[in-house]
Amino acid sequence: MTVADPISPDLTTQWPEALYGVLKAADIRQMSYVPDAGHSTLIRLFNADPAVKSNVLTTEEEGIAIATGAWLGGQRSVVLMQSSGVGNCINMLSLPVQTRTPLLMLVTMRGEWGEFNPWQVPMGRATEAALRAIGVTVLRAETGADVVAMVEQAASMAFDGDQQIAVLIGQRLLGKKKW
Amino acid sequence: MVMANTMDRREAVAKLLAARNGALVVTGLGSPSYDVHAAGDRDDNYYLWGAMGGAALTGLGLAQAQPEKRVMVITGDGEMLMAFGAMATIAVAAPKNLDIIVLDNQHFGETGMQDSHTGCGIALDKVAAASGFAETGELHSLEEVDALTARLQTPTTGPRLFVLKIEAKNLPRSLPPRDAVAVKNRFRAHLGLGTC
Repeated sequence: MTVADPISPDLTTQWPEALYGVLKAADIRQMSYVPDAGHSTLIRLFNADPAVKSNVLTTEEEGIAIATGAWLGGQRSVVLMQSSGVGNCINMLSLPVQTRTPLLMLVTMRGEWGEFNPWQVPMGRATEAALRAIGVTVLRAETGADVVAMVEQAASMAFDGDQQIAVLIGQRLLGKKKW
Repeated sequence: MVMANTMDRREAVAKLLAARNGALVVTGLGSPSYDVHAAGDRDDNYYLWGAMGGAALTGLGLAQAQPEKRVMVITGDGEMLMAFGAMATIAVAAPKNLDIIVLDNQHFGETGMQDSHTGCGIALDKVAAASGFAETGELHSLEEVDALTARLQTPTTGPRLFVLKIEAKNLPRSLPPRDAVAVKNRFRAHLGLGTC
């Protein structure tokens, strides 16, 4: 990824497009999601990509099982959700953790920066601790350049190193986007 | 108590596996894993020992990654009830190579035979049909399983789910390997994929 290249997209606003490029370069072939506004560009790009199978989920833990099955069958995948969905995933995460199956989760944060809905705050506060407690490695990005660089290396760690990794995308960053 | 119009689970599973014809098999935790293991441990069996509610969707990810192979998920009514929403997700994904077999004893057998929802009127095959599965059904006898094994060999237009009504008995356990990494690696090796 040529983050410093002057012809690259402006990562303060176009990080979702850059993220799509990073995930394609990592040979992601399946994507599953419960929608979040912060993931909307990525979801749109993947849904339009015939080389990637996209699955809309009824609840986020479904994506953890799909990702495990995808790897069993030889494909790399990514699971998109917002922080409230992390709470739904906890027991299902024992599947990739115990089987040491690569897992890449991208989590947009709620409940932490300019949040208008107090019901988002408890799970937002618990997201990182809950992921760490079940054995998932957590990275946290606060800028567009951070997100792109962290996802690129998280994909390598996950798929080349059999790790289970969540990249949290700070709400302060998402708040700068118009959505 | 043995319900009327039920079958022996081990015999039913043995028939399905004898006719698997190259199908990759994923099992739900508890007795379905034991039933599949009892029919013979194989590299192309993937046993779950936990992650309740994850069997059908592990099957979906696998089916999407291996579109030329048939994937058969063998799980229980309790495990599938925890994956209720998965029936919607799988129906929308619409894989043509994913078959789900629900061994339905209408009880939570591992935990003391408490009644499950399927004994209280919830028919998982009807839920699957309403969700948009291509083929569904409820079976009560080993003769019907024989017919199902033939049916499963034929191509289909989308996911299939069949409920096998089985006797509510706890049979002697036939325990699959618990080394989750080893089972994963041997399954991937079977498909010619790298392990580490």
